[in-house]
Amino acid sequence: MPELSYRDAVVRGIAQEMARDPDVVFLGEDVAKAGGVFKATVGLYEQFGPLRVRDTPISEQAILGAAMGAAMTGLKPIAEIMFSDFFAVCFDYIANEFPKSRYMSNGQTKCPLVVRTGNGAGSRFGAQHSQSVENWCMMIPGLKVVAPSTPRDVIGLLAAAVRDPDPVIFLEHKSLYATKGEVPDGEIVDTLGTAKIVRPGKDCTIIALALMVSRALEAAEKLKAEHGIDCEVIDVRSLVPLDTQTILGSVAKTHRLFSVEENPRLCGWGAEIVSIVADEAFYDLDGPPVRITTPHIPLPAADILEDIVLPTPGRIVDTVRRSLGS
Amino acid sequence: MATIRDRAPGPAGSGLNDDIGEQKRLALYRSQVRLREAEQRAFDLFLQNLVKGTSHLSLGQEAIAAGFAEAMVKGDLSFCTYRGHAHTLARGVPVEKVLGELMQRDNGLMRGKGGSMHLTSEEHGVMGSYAIIGAHLPIACGAAWRAQYKGDKDVSVCFFGDGTTNIGAFHEALNFAAVWKLPVIFVCENNLYMEYTPIGDVTAVPHPAADRASAYGLERIVIDGNDADECYRTAQKAFAKARAGAGPSLIECMTYRHSGHSRADPAKYRPEGELERWKLRDPIKIYRERLKQFGVSDAAIEAIDASVRKEVDDATEACKAAPPPPLDILTTDVYADGGWAWRN
Repeated sequence: MPELSYRDAVVRGIAQEMARDPDVVFLGEDVAKAGGVFKATVGLYEQFGPLRVRDTPISEQAILGAAMGAAMTGLKPIAEIMFSDFFAVCFDYIANEFPKSRYMSNGQTKCPLVVRTGNGAGSRFGAQHSQSVENWCMMIPGLKVVAPSTPRDVIGLLAAAVRDPDPVIFLEHKSLYATKGEVPDGEIVDTLGTAKIVRPGKDCTIIALALMVSRALEAAEKLKAEHGIDCEVIDVRSLVPLDTQTILGSVAKTHRLFSVEENPRLCGWGAEIVSIVADEAFYDLDGPPVRITTPHIPLPAADILEDIVLPTPGRIVDTVRRSLGS
Repeated sequence: MATIRDRAPGPAGSGLNDDIGEQKRLALYRSQVRLREAEQRAFDLFLQNLVKGTSHLSLGQEAIAAGFAEAMVKGDLSFCTYRGHAHTLARGVPVEKVLGELMQRDNGLMRGKGGSMHLTSEEHGVMGSYAIIGAHLPIACGAAWRAQYKGDKDVSVCFFGDGTTNIGAFHEALNFAAVWKLPVIFVCENNLYMEYTPIGDVTAVPHPAADRASAYGLERIVIDGNDADECYRTAQKAFAKARAGAGPSLIECMTYRHSGHSRADPAKYRPEGELERWKLRDPIKIYRERLKQFGVSDAAIEAIDASVRKEVDDATEACKAAPPPPLDILTTDVYADGGWAWRN
């Protein structure tokens, strides 16, 4: 199977949907002529032209507001917010406008749009360009929230997001842009709200998202090789809708649960899943669910500091091993 | 510092310029009276504890809503603020639907799920009323972008108050609309007070909207917002410009609200005599006199007034008789599948 980078998968995913549907339009800062600051939109302007791929001013409220107005009246916009940290300057649209208009209007208003954004740490950018903000979005009724970990999932989940009738926050991990993975030729369309068991196992369940998936997998291989612990790793992929059945089914099999989360500890997505498991699968558990997270601090810039703050394969191995008492 | 408040408007009358025409003139009058009667009724029902929650009335500002709505054609889109009853009604939404929403009944426009601040009737082109200041200016830009992209001829009109001119989204939207030459019209209803504070006390320029227009390459337009004919004429020009692909307009309409900011506000911050001075230029009073100047009989005017009152009376009775919304709508329409499921 041919290989593709996560970055090029973004381009291919957007292009696939724009070629399919002339109502799909794309706007953001530096996305058109410059091809995006992460080079994840290179060539779209040349392929689809200036009416469909549009550079905007540095006006995040205008970007998201315009996407909403276009979505309400018949287009299927993809809007880019360069860094997910910038959600804070246009959060009205994310928290108050996109997700509430349908409900408040008793079903009259539609809002089929996708907000793509560069999320996550690892680039030594410091506290305002490195955050994982999935939990900012997950808490809002009316939104859908997706975070792919592989190039193939980027294309498939982006296609599903564009075709979805609800507003979808699409979190691309900045540290994954250069990674590569196998991607089949032809159209790829995935399904929102589906988690994926990326490594089957019987001794414990590790749930992870985006950049943390590969770290969980690396830890699982070490745990197997060095400690004989057979971990099942689940890529959650979609926080809303949340595939609780896959997670609960895994816990019923392994009887232990670990989450690996890049977001700061308080109110991280793993806390919600742990709460669901505690409610609905308490008697399946042989021990307490354990959350492996970034500590509750702003992210530091220096590489030596940033590297120890995120969950690492080593920290996952140690935590799982100690928790399972081996 | 002299503020715009010191420049009280002059006596009524704009001469007998008959560019409006009899039919449109009567429609403008009827619309203004309808907005006045419906909003006055909303206030009365509030005093009877039948209108719940908050409400923000446009009493005294009817000429703007009527003038712009009468210049719209089917398909044009209105984006309103929480002070949106008048703009919603002016697009032809039945009074019963609006009062029903204010009274939180099942016959309300959104069956009580939105409330006074979020009136929406897409079938009438009312694309929502937005309660976060400035939020809807970029949204109106997006609807206008769709029209531009698809070659549709409709125009998006965005109404907002003077207080909106000091929030970031106003400036982002103005620049965005101007750079993209979008078919959108921004209408500032300058009623001299943001909420409780005079807009002149917190704004660096005398005209909070118009004096910013040049920053976005737009014409500086200030009009008498209490004269429905002037609103209508100005709107027509802006619509023609937008439909011709010549881009957005920003129009500042000088007006005055007769009531407080919201139902909770007795408006005691106003200087003595200010309200009385403005009431001399009540838009409906002005327009009734103009109809007479054009030879419309007292009886014809009375007939319009009576038919409007009947619509409002009938709507009131229908709303009083309507049940509250059923509890099963609580979880509908969170997502497009009609439900609220966030997990399997």
